[in-house]
Amino acid sequence: MPESDYVTSMKNPSNIIEFDNLQTYFYTDAGTVKAVDGVSFDIPMGKTIGVVGESGCGKSVTSLSLMRLLQGPQGQIAGGQLRYNQISRKRAVDIAKIPIKEMQKIRGNEIAMIFQEPMTTLNPVFTIGSQIDECILMHNPKISRKEVKVHSVEMLKLVGIARAEGIYDSYPHELSGGMRQRVVIAMALSCNPQLIIADEPTTALDVTIQAQILDLLRGLKDKINASIMLITHDLGVVAEMADYVVVMYAGRIVEQGTADDIFNKPMHPYTIGLMKSKPVLNEQVERLYSIPGNVPNPINLPPHCYFKNRCEKCVEICSGVYPELIQVTSTHKVSCYLHAKPDMSKYRVIGGKRL
Amino acid sequence: MRQYIVRRLFISIIVLFGVSVMLYLLGRLTPGDYVTSITAGNPNITVEMQERMREVYGLDKGIVEGYLNWLWDALRGDFGLSFLYQKPVTEIIMRYVPITFTLAFSAMVFEILLAIPFGIIAARKQYSRTDYFIVAVALVGISLPSFFFAAILKRIFAIGLGVLPLSGMVNARAGYTGWARIADIGKHLVLPVTVFVVTGVGGLLRYVRTNMLEVLNADYVRTARAKGVPEYKVIGKHAFRNTLIPIVTMVGNMIPGLFSGAVITEGIFSLEGLGNIAIKAVQSGDIPYLMGFNMFIAVLTIIGTLISDILYAVVDPRVRYS
Repeated sequence: MPESDYVTSMKNPSNIIEFDNLQTYFYTDAGTVKAVDGVSFDIPMGKTIGVVGESGCGKSVTSLSLMRLLQGPQGQIAGGQLRYNQISRKRAVDIAKIPIKEMQKIRGNEIAMIFQEPMTTLNPVFTIGSQIDECILMHNPKISRKEVKVHSVEMLKLVGIARAEGIYDSYPHELSGGMRQRVVIAMALSCNPQLIIADEPTTALDVTIQAQILDLLRGLKDKINASIMLITHDLGVVAEMADYVVVMYAGRIVEQGTADDIFNKPMHPYTIGLMKSKPVLNEQVERLYSIPGNVPNPINLPPHCYFKNRCEKCVEICSGVYPELIQVTSTHKVSCYLHAKPDMSKYRVIGGKRL
Repeated sequence: MRQYIVRRLFISIIVLFGVSVMLYLLGRLTPGDYVTSITAGNPNITVEMQERMREVYGLDKGIVEGYLNWLWDALRGDFGLSFLYQKPVTEIIMRYVPITFTLAFSAMVFEILLAIPFGIIAARKQYSRTDYFIVAVALVGISLPSFFFAAILKRIFAIGLGVLPLSGMVNARAGYTGWARIADIGKHLVLPVTVFVVTGVGGLLRYVRTNMLEVLNADYVRTARAKGVPEYKVIGKHAFRNTLIPIVTMVGNMIPGLFSGAVITEGIFSLEGLGNIAIKAVQSGDIPYLMGFNMFIAVLTIIGTLISDILYAVVDPRVRYS
């Protein structure tokens, strides 16, 4: 494949990643699942961007598309661009089209990923050390065996593992979940990546370890000046970590903005629902709020707003075509008719009751 | 580890004792003993003569006494004289084991060499034409009865094309020596080994494929890819080392099966191996040989499982015996 096929240019050179109308589909026997359908957002350099949404909304698929780790042949990037600002080679590439050989040089080296399940993410038959070494050796073929070990042990210390030398020779089953997640983070950071994708890094861990891991990620981000794409359904985590937030629902972005926009002025009824369903300390509630209904069937998505059937504020126009993303302020965008320019008061409210 | 092996060997003795009791019972309870079978159709034999012959062969004693006698001798390494061959059972086994072993071992090596790569290829290309083809061929192999398949091979290669010998172990007329003799034996083994491999490879192949499929979907394989590991190494190192764990267990258990599976194939190809003799022994009621042969298989089974358990600990760091 000639280079011209995948070399492109960034819209804004201060971004590390630009998702541009990404469409990732799964072609199954039951039909085409549009897991991600027209998602566009940017990841600025050195910033943390939080991607939130409930299970199955396409947040993990978005990140796997960026790593080109979709389960083929069913899962495929069907359209759109995934522009990556490859600083090391002073060019921008379209990850959606890049040949897999080139992608292997980027994975683990420039874009690293931390997965959700530390218990199963590490290979059970290799030692911790050899798994970190492998990553370093892969991307730095000239480095000597001895230096690799020194570097790996250093990474283990960096993620707060005491007794790093001993852990280096341990097998994954000898460590606890929190330790393993630290190892996974050490592995992800071992090649000084530009971007770290953290796919629910704390979901499988208990709360005290969660806080430690988040502290660790935040500290490391400043140390190596990387960007983080944080995927989570935990709004608390996002509030603590993210500069920008993207809210996804059924494969599309329903609202995006700065953390301040999303947490203090949420506009989309789904985002508002998510905020309400978050437990708050020192507040007596009879029952925690939950958004009524279910996510629509991803194979047969309705022609109107996907959230309409669960929305408490839906109006007549909501039965029309899927609402476009509306720029509310320079940073805040929302995809909802309630915030569209025409005066909404002339529309008759038809929702309001739980369906 | 050593303690574990010692304990396992100790348990093995108890298992072997139980096996010998069962085998002796089955052997003696089979209707028609050795004397009946060799005197059948001879009108000059009287009942008294039969009784005298039973005394000679030790078949006049009860099952319990007969077993205890056998056990006492066996414990001292004496497995008795084969009724049919009138030679010590151990001598017969030692003499014919190389043939069976060559057959079984070469078949196993080929089975492993075919099953692992093709199983991996099939798993890598799940639901593709390649996958369907490999799985279909494997299934045909499993379903083919060995005697039928052997007959077809003989018809095509020995009778039709005349490129391979029909049966036997060596060309008796040529009287080869040295390398020529080995080449001749090799030629004679081609068809029996083919029968073994074709009918036996399917099970292992499907096992490899299933395990590989499971491993390929594992999170750590995705992690390896996410690290930037090239695909051939993802399969060859990260996935393969994990598929090896169940395969090793299965291969250890295959060893005794190969020896007992030789019974039919050796018979068809008139190979003078342990299996072929075992058929004759069953037909005539040669208790000492049957006991010796079956105990040999039992020991192999125990060694096979022990080896696979030890290898299991070698390939999987999570398994530690204490």
